[in-house]
Amino acid sequence: MNRLRWRKGVDLFWTVASGAAVLAAVIPLASLLWLVVSHGIGGLTFGFFTSLPTPVGEPGGGVGNAIVGTFFMVGIASLFALPAGVGAGIFLAEKGDGKLGTIVRFTSEVLSGVPSIVIGIVAYGLVVARMKRFSALAGGVALALLMVPSLARSTEEFIRLVPGALREASLALGVPSWKTSLRVVLRTALGGIVTAVLLAVARAAGETAPLLFTALNNQYWNTNPFQPTASLTVQIYNYAISPYDDWHQKAWTAALVLLLLVGLLNLVARFLSRNRLHGAPR
Amino acid sequence: MPQPSNIPASQAPSTPARAGNPGDRAWGWGITIFGGSLLVVAGLILYELGRVAAPAWEHIGLVKFLFSSDWDPVQEKFGALPFIYGTLVTSGLALLIALPVSVGLALFLSEMGPRSLRVPVAYAIEVLAAIPSVIYGLWGLFIMVPWLRESVQPFLQKTLGFLPLFKGPPIGLGYMAAGTILALMILPTIASVTIEVLKTVPPALKEGALALGATRWESIRISVLPYARPGIIGASLLGLGRALGETMAVTMVIGNSPEIHASLFAPGYSLPAVIANEFAEATGDVHVGALAALGLVLFGITLILNAIAQLLVEAVARGPKGARS
Repeated sequence: MNRLRWRKGVDLFWTVASGAAVLAAVIPLASLLWLVVSHGIGGLTFGFFTSLPTPVGEPGGGVGNAIVGTFFMVGIASLFALPAGVGAGIFLAEKGDGKLGTIVRFTSEVLSGVPSIVIGIVAYGLVVARMKRFSALAGGVALALLMVPSLARSTEEFIRLVPGALREASLALGVPSWKTSLRVVLRTALGGIVTAVLLAVARAAGETAPLLFTALNNQYWNTNPFQPTASLTVQIYNYAISPYDDWHQKAWTAALVLLLLVGLLNLVARFLSRNRLHGAPR
Repeated sequence: MPQPSNIPASQAPSTPARAGNPGDRAWGWGITIFGGSLLVVAGLILYELGRVAAPAWEHIGLVKFLFSSDWDPVQEKFGALPFIYGTLVTSGLALLIALPVSVGLALFLSEMGPRSLRVPVAYAIEVLAAIPSVIYGLWGLFIMVPWLRESVQPFLQKTLGFLPLFKGPPIGLGYMAAGTILALMILPTIASVTIEVLKTVPPALKEGALALGATRWESIRISVLPYARPGIIGASLLGLGRALGETMAVTMVIGNSPEIHASLFAPGYSLPAVIANEFAEATGDVHVGALAALGLVLFGITLILNAIAQLLVEAVARGPKGARS
């Protein structure tokens, strides 16, 4: 009987230990979220979204140009990455069981693990070194290279969730298979694909490292793809490592803005995919 | 109603129209081109990286580059060792902290925790994974580093100060800060892959152990963990790969000093951090090349790790051959 009590004690110990692991993850998360909100909310004014950064000590000022820059570069990136990533995802889902499919899938899996800073160097070589200037285009290319592999994989997963019976029903009615893929399978998976896109966009909006030496930074408004461009993330970084309290405050507020942006994109993405997949006929 | 099947088009019964239909052929070729373009992207990444790094090889030589610890761009001295060392130490420390926590987390979510807590905890992990790394860096710099400096490091010094790992002044910024923030950042990666792996463990294994009178923990130890082990190793490698390449948070807390120290309290440098700090202001082709070469080293390490990890996780998903199934 003693032996059994000992074993039950061990069982309890490991149950508590797993609970402690949860706390070890959740406490820093709560601290991070709470501090970003509580430090950042003080500086959150309308002007913060609309004005240019100011020098140290000058009151006011914001990150308007950086917000625009982030949207601008994510837009450029989407222009390249959405067709390529979603297209590759469709290929993987529709014809991905052959040899080429396996190779492509493995490649995309491995590529999505490539550090973003390395992708930054690639974009530097592709665009900055050739055009001899830092530019929004280079930043966009870097973000696009980051988006493609993960977009391909998540698009594939969402398309594969479409019940095979739908496809078979359409084929049985004599619809050619390309029309079946486009009108039946992809239409059903559309919500999922939009989710995949939004998640990729959210991830790209939060990237800093590949922008440091591709888009660089800019103190002014810029919507020229061939000029250096500010971004929210690089601005947060520059403010954070500066020695000024005033700028630290701005870093927190900009972090809050970024967190809200990324959080919103994630929420919308989840909402869309939930609606779609639960509503889809099974 | 018939069972829904999930047959991809390539295996679907082919209709007579399929062979000769020009629309089908165009569609098939079209998506194949998109799929193949991913391979082109991969090739492009390798080619560009090699091209930018080329001046470094010509100027320095591989062995000297990898094993010298002198880094002085002004004198054109480029030794990668302090960065490789810093990257390995911080990532190793991160894995050491994150692995037990993530496995505990995964077990809590899939086996041990009360059901009512599982969904919120799973959400928390997703949030942790979605936070941009520069925000981790911000939090690390202003919250975690002072905490390490004022509480954790003095405590470690008092209790374990005889070890060379915990010698020197507790300044906060350094290997330990970088390792700790990395642990937090790779936790969701390891935990979520581990959860996926645990899901593939056949319930019969666990039930068998329980039916023979094992407690819940014993059934996990005897039947779940051995089955999942290759997958958990794969998950750790994926986490390690992420830690090696993580840039912003590390750059902000590692102290950025290109030296090698035994003490975890000391400031160091990592491969991504030096690229982030010096690339935009690099002083010439050789400097740019040396930084790109550091990137190539990083690329090589993460590529190998990810490939191994992928194979391991897939191996668990397929299940073991023979006896145990």
